[in-house]
Amino acid sequence: MSEFTVNKTYAEINARIKSGEAVVVTAEEMVDVVKKEGPVGAAKKIDVVTTGTFSIMCSSGAFFNFGQTTPTIKAAKVWVNKVPAYAGLAAIDIYLGATEPTEDDPLNKVYPGEFGYGGGHVIEDLVAGKKVFLEAKAYPTDCYANTKCKKELTLADMKHALLCNPRNGYQNYNCAVNLSEKTVYTYMGMLKPNCRNANYCSAGELSPLLNDPLYRTIGMGTRIFLGGGIGYVTWQGTQHNPQALRGKNGVPKRPAGTMMVQGDLKQMSAKWLKGVSIRGYGTSMAVGIGVPIPILNEEMAQFTGVSDEEIFTQVVDYGHDYTNGIQRNYGEVSYAQLKSGEIEVAGKKVATAPLSSVVKAREIAELLKKSIMEKQFFLSEPVDQFPTVDFSFDNSNK
Amino acid sequence: MYTRIYKLMFPKEASDQPIIYRLVKQYDVQVNILRGEITPQHEGNLILEFKGEADKVRAGLAFLKEQKIGVELFATKVSRDEEQCFQCGACTGACPVGALHIRRTDMAVLFDPEKCTGCGHCVRICPVKAMNVSFDQLARVAS
Repeated sequence: MSEFTVNKTYAEINARIKSGEAVVVTAEEMVDVVKKEGPVGAAKKIDVVTTGTFSIMCSSGAFFNFGQTTPTIKAAKVWVNKVPAYAGLAAIDIYLGATEPTEDDPLNKVYPGEFGYGGGHVIEDLVAGKKVFLEAKAYPTDCYANTKCKKELTLADMKHALLCNPRNGYQNYNCAVNLSEKTVYTYMGMLKPNCRNANYCSAGELSPLLNDPLYRTIGMGTRIFLGGGIGYVTWQGTQHNPQALRGKNGVPKRPAGTMMVQGDLKQMSAKWLKGVSIRGYGTSMAVGIGVPIPILNEEMAQFTGVSDEEIFTQVVDYGHDYTNGIQRNYGEVSYAQLKSGEIEVAGKKVATAPLSSVVKAREIAELLKKSIMEKQFFLSEPVDQFPTVDFSFDNSNK
Repeated sequence: MYTRIYKLMFPKEASDQPIIYRLVKQYDVQVNILRGEITPQHEGNLILEFKGEADKVRAGLAFLKEQKIGVELFATKVSRDEEQCFQCGACTGACPVGALHIRRTDMAVLFDPEKCTGCGHCVRICPVKAMNVSFDQLARVAS
């Protein structure tokens, strides 16, 4: 006997998608549905909630097989548009990471460095259909006699191109301030001295993992929107931490879960994969991800009904604490407060700026909703779960 | 405090004069050189940001005219590449005048060129280089 009033299976939801009967809403729309109908009512009514996020996501990159040369080569060092790629895999397999700058980048020698081009930009150029210049060096063997190669190629010329991001879609993230007396340039952007601005980076109520806080439906094998194409969640991401402090709604109040995602780069688009330059920090890539969440029961309805008012994060000092590994925060703020443009830190009003695009996150959730309603996208049941923690809603007083 | 951008055109005859030195020393005008070019056998051009009390900047400009230096008021023009911008909002924390701002109802990141003073902070901050700055002539300074 199930503990839930509403019980749906993936197969039932997919059958409803196939017959055109599935009711799909975005995570933003779900907030009102759950408020109005309650979790049970919402679970009866809604089949799928679509989420989305589009932001700079470090720990992204791609595997390429760039095709053989004559004579053959076992590439040992490889550069694509002067950006070093890792070649210690096989003969012509490489991994190109998003945060790798061009080899001749001045880095932070002229501070704060500009970091004009890097691995993320190479990936964007490739998906945009541009030619890239590949150079390889090798030591000769009897089976791979070539010692160097230079060639121009496009994504279509690659034998294989796989976007493979070991950590994306962070479930919540710090709100960054700078309590020191000089400006700092961080991966959380430029932070003015004496706490004069605060940057945050999450899609809040639209964010995938904030809508499935205990990883009930997002797991190994979940089919997702990735960079404009279809991808899969293949593992929990690096640094995945289910133990992070959580609220009564199960939603973490600290950086917690993460996803490793993969997908065929050849299907993707430069609209949803963008190389970025973060002043004083380095290069990276903005990645668009959308995850559909099946409303299997009233618990999933309650999870996906979460609003910005009920999602909290901590304020962390990046002027001193973060760099020195000091685990300390300056209070908690909700995403509703962050999105209002002003928060209070230690009694002082501080202006906020986002680093994660709500407009694009919403667009992804809408795109995913449309493809499901048009029977182009079906849900996949995870073959295994992410590490998680025990949790159940205490609805006794409701 | 008065801040404006001017283009100064130095005729050949003025090229051996320490004009900027006198501007700073005698008129107490802060200058920030944004661009400079000298065409061989011709005149030199400088694009400068002037900062100072309005009276002093005005006196400095009068001095420049006495020296037969051509002066044109310039505006830095900032534009946004709408294709490239993904509306993350990072620029809204750097913009000192709210020309880049967020419409709270839908979190759209908007750019109002009317409010923009051309400081260029956003150009340095934008992670996808969607913000561009150019120098455009506004008008010849009235005498």
